[in-house]
Amino acid sequence: MAGQSDPQLNLFSAEEVEFVAEDEMLEIVPNMRMDSLHLICGDYGPFYPQIATEVPLWLAIALKKRGKCAIRTPEWMSVEKLTQILEAERDSQGSFQILPFHYVEISKLLFDHARDDVPDMYLVRSLIEDIRDVRFHKVETSLESIDTRTSAVKIKDLSAMEVNIVRPFVVRALQAIYKHGNPELVPDQDRITNMQTQGHEHGQRRPLRRR
Amino acid sequence: MASNLGGASISQTDDFETFTPTTDVEPLKRAWRNEKAAPEILPYEASLVGRIKEQIQAMEDSIEEYSRSGIDPLIVSLYQMDLDRIQFLLRSYIRSRLQKIEKYMLYILKSDELFRRLSKEEITFTDRCRHDMKKHFDESVLSKLPNNYQDVLKQSITSEEDDMVPEPPLDTFVVCKSKEYLEHIQLEDEEERASSRIEEPFEMEANVLHIIRYRPIKSLVESGRIDLL
Repeated sequence: MAGQSDPQLNLFSAEEVEFVAEDEMLEIVPNMRMDSLHLICGDYGPFYPQIATEVPLWLAIALKKRGKCAIRTPEWMSVEKLTQILEAERDSQGSFQILPFHYVEISKLLFDHARDDVPDMYLVRSLIEDIRDVRFHKVETSLESIDTRTSAVKIKDLSAMEVNIVRPFVVRALQAIYKHGNPELVPDQDRITNMQTQGHEHGQRRPLRRR
Repeated sequence: MASNLGGASISQTDDFETFTPTTDVEPLKRAWRNEKAAPEILPYEASLVGRIKEQIQAMEDSIEEYSRSGIDPLIVSLYQMDLDRIQFLLRSYIRSRLQKIEKYMLYILKSDELFRRLSKEEITFTDRCRHDMKKHFDESVLSKLPNNYQDVLKQSITSEEDDMVPEPPLDTFVVCKSKEYLEHIQLEDEEERASSRIEEPFEMEANVLHIIRYRPIKSLVESGRIDLL
């Protein structure tokens, strides 16, 4: 029934979204010599001291944890860039600034595992939190535009974690709207979720609204 | 009508997916995401899974080899991490298929189209699952009910059709994006369009996320033109 929680709605856990983000590429500067790695997910290296190279985030963090490299913070994670983005984010009401699809997860992972590599870490962290807040407020406002004629929602420039957070609400709202716009579906839905309901009365059930 | 959650004029240009040339990991990740997000079971990615399994096997062998030959434990642990990540993806992919089979097995068994999407192992699983479930229902409940109410598929023998078969909710909404610009997506069902307002065909820009009902884009997901996430 509408309003009941559906496991189908919480498709991806926060951990799974983070898992996907760990495949994003970024630059590291190794401090040791190591041959190329021929991984199933691709070939990386060879690694030479002080020579920057690109690796997926999970590999960067693994090396960082063992003190084998420094991680180069991505360009967008600088105080300057983030201040710009925050301002633009505040100025533009209807749209979102373009940030990496996984900016929330990437920055969180770097704060957790490579704090000494992030210049002005506390400032950067609070900027990202502010950006998140401003964006979320905008998401909430634009969700108010969903009405009974909404049959699809376009979400431009929203990030992975943001989508994952709004998904249960938006999906459920759209589902409810769709269902109530199509009264013949209501008994069907009952039959699926509640097998005890007698399925015989559909015929008599009067449509709620004629269109 | 598509409501707009922020219609920025600049399109999203940054790389949405990590660019990995010629590995099977990205396709597996895609299959995993689609399978998790789609309400019904999708065609089994037989050749992809086959290749991944071979690579996993090869990697397991070489990791064993490395640890015996005394290679730097750091390197061994990195290979192990890579292996763990792939195995997680593969297991999660297969597991989400099995969950759907458990939930909708009666429906899948009735539908040729869906049944053909199963792998050999999944077919065995479905059969055993159905058998066990029927046995359990018979023993615990159905045999104690009046004669007319003992069918697993029907509420009573007066039901004309199988009305106790859970169906995948195709009218559920999913988050998706298209790789290319798509137009003329028909959001309304045939009969609905005939009876109601004329809806302008829906169009989808490349790489922009949409939340949309699954049924109208079902065939586009199956043909790989739209990805779910």
